[in-house]
Amino acid sequence: MRGADLVTAAVLMLLGGVVMYDAVRLGIGWGQEGPRSGFLPFWLAVLLLVTAGLIFVQALLRRSAKRFVEREQFRSVLKVLAPAAAWVVLMQFVGLYVASALYMGVYMRWIGRHAWLLVAGLSVGVPIVTFLVFEKWFLVPMPKGPLEAWLGY
Amino acid sequence: MGVENILGGFAIALTPYNIFIAVVGITLGTIIGVLPGLGGANGVAILLPLTFAMPPTSGIILLTSIYWGALFGGAITSVLFNIPGEPWSVATTFDGYPLARQGQGGQALTAAFTSSFVGAFFSIVLITFFAPLLAEIALRFGPPEFFAIQFLTFSSFVGLGGGNPLKSLASILIGFILAAVGLDIVTGQLRLTFGFVDLMKGFDFIIAVIGLFGVGEILLSVEEGLRFRATRTGMNLGVVLDTWKILPRYARTFMRGSFIGFWMGFKPGGATPASFMSYAFAKRFSKHPERFGKGELEGVVAPETAAHAAGVAAILPMITLGIPGSPTAAVMLGGLIIWGLQPGPMLFVDNPDFVWGLIASMYTGNIIGVLMVLLFVPFFASILAIPFGILTPLILMVCAVGAYAVHNSMIDIWYMLIFGVIGYVFKKLDYPLAPLVLALVLGDLAENALRQSLIMSQGSLAIFFTRPIAGGITAVAIFFFALPVLTAWRQRLRAGPAPPRPGA
Repeated sequence: MRGADLVTAAVLMLLGGVVMYDAVRLGIGWGQEGPRSGFLPFWLAVLLLVTAGLIFVQALLRRSAKRFVEREQFRSVLKVLAPAAAWVVLMQFVGLYVASALYMGVYMRWIGRHAWLLVAGLSVGVPIVTFLVFEKWFLVPMPKGPLEAWLGY
Repeated sequence: MGVENILGGFAIALTPYNIFIAVVGITLGTIIGVLPGLGGANGVAILLPLTFAMPPTSGIILLTSIYWGALFGGAITSVLFNIPGEPWSVATTFDGYPLARQGQGGQALTAAFTSSFVGAFFSIVLITFFAPLLAEIALRFGPPEFFAIQFLTFSSFVGLGGGNPLKSLASILIGFILAAVGLDIVTGQLRLTFGFVDLMKGFDFIIAVIGLFGVGEILLSVEEGLRFRATRTGMNLGVVLDTWKILPRYARTFMRGSFIGFWMGFKPGGATPASFMSYAFAKRFSKHPERFGKGELEGVVAPETAAHAAGVAAILPMITLGIPGSPTAAVMLGGLIIWGLQPGPMLFVDNPDFVWGLIASMYTGNIIGVLMVLLFVPFFASILAIPFGILTPLILMVCAVGAYAVHNSMIDIWYMLIFGVIGYVFKKLDYPLAPLVLALVLGDLAENALRQSLIMSQGSLAIFFTRPIAGGITAVAIFFFALPVLTAWRQRLRAGPAPPRPGA
């Protein structure tokens, strides 16, 4: 826990520094129309630097035997995160519906180890229902790809 | 103000279309409340795009009904599965789950739903009377007063939120910084974009809510290797009626819980401390405090009453001051802005139909809600029988659809995933997420109020102290900010001359 706490505090301090840099560029003083654009961000950054600095010191002083994440736990988190990232990449090329069908199929089969019939039914059925609800009923467009174009949407 | 307003509100809330909307909202909300990874805030966020095509009053009825449903749904998982869906349901598990294990699940659920209803109803009655008064006072507020109230909002997270006050403060600051990214509408300058075109639009808090609460929660659940060990609901009409015969015994607990809930609830982040406080009070005043934690019905009544009174009270500052009391109220506030309404006291003047329709729908929504959950508990509980390998991709897909629909932009789905990872890390390290979301929502409003105040005073911060109302609020806010330091100092004084090192 301690290591993760230190890293997070350090990242927040870095964020504070970056914000401060841009705030100074924008001007932190008094302009023609009152406080300039960088005024509030500058002070937020100052406070964040101080706060994250204190959290850093606090974490340094504290011992913690508990680890941030166990190897086994981290693996199960990655098993969700990695396919999800691949799914979002895929979405840019084939649209949300087709990507989701593939993603659900792969995930339910690979992680869930469910029967083929159930996997096929859900991964085709759910995107179709979503399509009808959003595109047809509520007229909210989702990212679409070549398949939808071929079908005339 | 008057009876005709609320009657007019009922005329709107009781149209068949709006009743239908309420039933749909409560069904969806309860499902959302039962599912891991979906709670009130991100459930409302995901379904917000569906309301764009509705009249605003129906839209807000849908959103609030989802909220009521999610509150009820949280009680189901707490009692039957020992999984608190929301932080304020944690205290419900203390006695609810033992009751369910002893085969008294039906009794515990009936008590939980009834308490929720009583707490909510109490808050709604108070809102009906106080909201117009508060709005009338707020109409006289200027920028310094509004900034002072926002200052107070965030101070209460630091002072009363519990946990590490430094981490609460860091969350608030991150939220405000994220809110500043993009075009500054006052000066027309681009802030914190560093030349990236995608950053020009800034970060939408709805995406942040879906990522932080939705995706983050899923990552946490899979890490814990979620296995549901379901107990049977044991619900039927006989159990409900029998429990209702017992419940009047706890009249005092109901009253206490309602008051604590309302009082804590209209301040942000109040529902969780309210539920714990109510539980602690019930135990303290009970004749059998030793039974608490082992399956005492009063231990379910107390936290549920307070949590729901608080959850409803969070709506009060949203409609009267334009400042949400909880992340869910924040998302609703976002909805108001999208529908073209100006949140705040002017709502009562400009859109009385909307406000009174909303208030009336809170009565009808909660009545419909309690009847529906009492009738359909087995159905809602069966949702948790769906294996995790199927739920995870389904929930992620729902989240992605909601995130994309806000701006029709692909980058938002990426932001959602990134916010999910941030939410996962922050939750594990005890950085509270609610203040971050509220800061992101209120960032622009707060900055405008600050700027206008400073222009009024020609740059002097004294304006927040010299105006009577603003001065009083600022003083309370500073007290809250100082509270963690003060308590630590007092404890040290009590501990004697050689204080132990904190955290050692």
